[in-house]
Amino acid sequence: MTLPAGIDDTQAMLAAQNYVASRALSTVTYLSLTLGRPLFLEGEAGTGKTEIAKTLAAALGRDLIRLQCYEGLDAASAAYDWNFSAQMIAIRTAEAAGTADPEMLNRNLFGPDFLIERPLLQAMRPHEAGPPVLLIDEVDRADEPFEAYLLEALSDFQITIPELGTIRAPEPPIVILTSNRTREIHDALKRRCLYHWVDYPDFAREMEILRARVPGAADRLAQEVTAFVQALRATDLFKKPGVAETIDWARCLIALDAVALSPELVSDTLGALLKYQDDIARIEGAEATRILNEVRSSLGPA
Amino acid sequence: MTPATDLPQTQPKLAENIAHFARALRRAGLPIGPGRVIDAIRAVEAAGFTRREDFFWTLYAVFVTRPEQREVFAQLFRLFWRDPRELQELVAATIPALRQAEPSPPGAAEARAADALLGGNWPEDNADPDRPEIRLDASDSASTAERIRTLDFDQMTNAELAEARRMIARLTLPVPPLATRRRAPAAIGRVDPARTLRQALRRGGELQRPARTKPKDRWPDLVVLCDISGSMTRTSRMILHFVHAVAQARGQGWARVHAFTFGTRLTNITRHMRARDVDAALAAAGAEAQDWEGGTRIGNCLHDFNRDWSRRVMGQGAVVLLVTDGLDRGDPARLAAEAERLHLSARRVIWLNPLLSFDGFAPKARGIRALLPHVDSFLAGHSVASLDALGAALARSGDMGEKPLHISKLRRA
Repeated sequence: MTLPAGIDDTQAMLAAQNYVASRALSTVTYLSLTLGRPLFLEGEAGTGKTEIAKTLAAALGRDLIRLQCYEGLDAASAAYDWNFSAQMIAIRTAEAAGTADPEMLNRNLFGPDFLIERPLLQAMRPHEAGPPVLLIDEVDRADEPFEAYLLEALSDFQITIPELGTIRAPEPPIVILTSNRTREIHDALKRRCLYHWVDYPDFAREMEILRARVPGAADRLAQEVTAFVQALRATDLFKKPGVAETIDWARCLIALDAVALSPELVSDTLGALLKYQDDIARIEGAEATRILNEVRSSLGPA
Repeated sequence: MTPATDLPQTQPKLAENIAHFARALRRAGLPIGPGRVIDAIRAVEAAGFTRREDFFWTLYAVFVTRPEQREVFAQLFRLFWRDPRELQELVAATIPALRQAEPSPPGAAEARAADALLGGNWPEDNADPDRPEIRLDASDSASTAERIRTLDFDQMTNAELAEARRMIARLTLPVPPLATRRRAPAAIGRVDPARTLRQALRRGGELQRPARTKPKDRWPDLVVLCDISGSMTRTSRMILHFVHAVAQARGQGWARVHAFTFGTRLTNITRHMRARDVDAALAAAGAEAQDWEGGTRIGNCLHDFNRDWSRRVMGQGAVVLLVTDGLDRGDPARLAAEAERLHLSARRVIWLNPLLSFDGFAPKARGIRALLPHVDSFLAGHSVASLDALGAALARSGDMGEKPLHISKLRRA
């Protein structure tokens, strides 16, 4: 599939993949696709940052290459590495066969045969389906020096391997970076990207998401679930539930054959929504009942 | 450099306006260079100029890089891209509002946005002859800056307070690391035989280069206990600005910064200090703490802290910054006992007292006499300079500030 022609088009394309995107997210996605700029998504956990990369890859029929960042991630595991054992075997074989010509060996040992391609380099290679979608997930977990390494890859879409030379992407990949903001990413990296803060959706949009993602939920249940989560986000919690938690919770409730919320049901399944003991202790019982009653009265009779 | 040079001259007015908008954003504190302006014009060309909403999100995608900039951006966008006549009215409405002496309330993203639009080359036709100078430029003479640095918070005018807040936002509180017995991988240092061998095993027994380690550093936590009673009003607000700056600064050492306020009761405002926008952080903290400008019961509040929080936030040898004037109405014996408890569980207790700025200060109040023996260091905390000096005092491990002087006064009395 070709790139979308406009913002409406982008929104429709994402919606066709069951991803309900706000106008803002559609705009920034469209710009990123059109201008060939990396897309930098920041926001709370569980608001659909990673999901958009998967959706884009599926919608455009491109390969998805995922680089999960973690502390201590280095170029050897992000871009490329040399296959040391294969190189050693090649040397031993050459020695045994008596054909160990140093120059030949050197040229062969540091050639494409012994290169292990990691996600960044894979993304620079030509793909049959067109430039791939490169997802650099949770970039805030990687160390700061790694950001500097990303700069070359993301601004010129090239990777320099000292032994081989510079490898350029024939067509730039679609790059999506996500961050949970456990630390601030350097401005030099952000400057090369289009920025978007992914917020919690409002009631109408969260309903839409729930309908798209959990089609089995009865209307009344979906409304109550959404309104309950929305009300929960307004309280002072250590970790507010994300959209992913809403979807999980709705699925849990369906598995329990629920058609509407009840205080006991909420207390029993709160673990799907809140992941900290402090939060659960605070909401469980009276507080949950209070929120549920408020939700009921705001939604009107079933 | 004019941002529009290498762009097609299709909508020259629009490009110009985007550049002006970018300048207004820059004045409001968003880091925007000419490169971004070019990006913005390209992005608007790509996205089209049909719907106001799309235009908003297009510029947003290019200009905003941090969540705390969102509100300032939204306000400025609303002010800038509106009917120009409306803007004139707004200006007319804003100037008398700015002229009023009292500071803007702490929900101030809007104030900052208006300030960015109004400050600078604003047409002078509705300028008022007796309009006071509101903005204090950062490029003020050194002597003014020096005066504000040493001036007592309680004696500042609003403009001086604003300037002091700006200076405080730039302050840091560096802390020396604590040496530990553990070791961490490093490029240079002692050879780590175990890891060297493990690496060699992975490569078929080939020793490549030795792995090395160096001693691991650990950073202490900072716990701030700030008095917000009536006698401390101004100072405590400035101190919270300082705490926010310290909590936000990365890479200066502190592992974690915990903040509590107390007056008649203890409130944990650590979570609110995490908001990047200082106005938003203080507003949230203010809403949480219900006892602003009330009385003080230091002993009770320290008791609450020792019982509920001490073990949770002070386990790792934290440094405690106690900000209070020590004017307590409670029982001195109880205060002394709780202060001793606090002292015993902290690595160091530093008492910042704004009253110490007075020349004839003597430890006469009961609260001060009870607290003084149980702190490691007794320092002034009434001006920007004294907060700045705090970092130096932390670096000298044995620094006691003015404690020995006042302890000897106590003995003589």
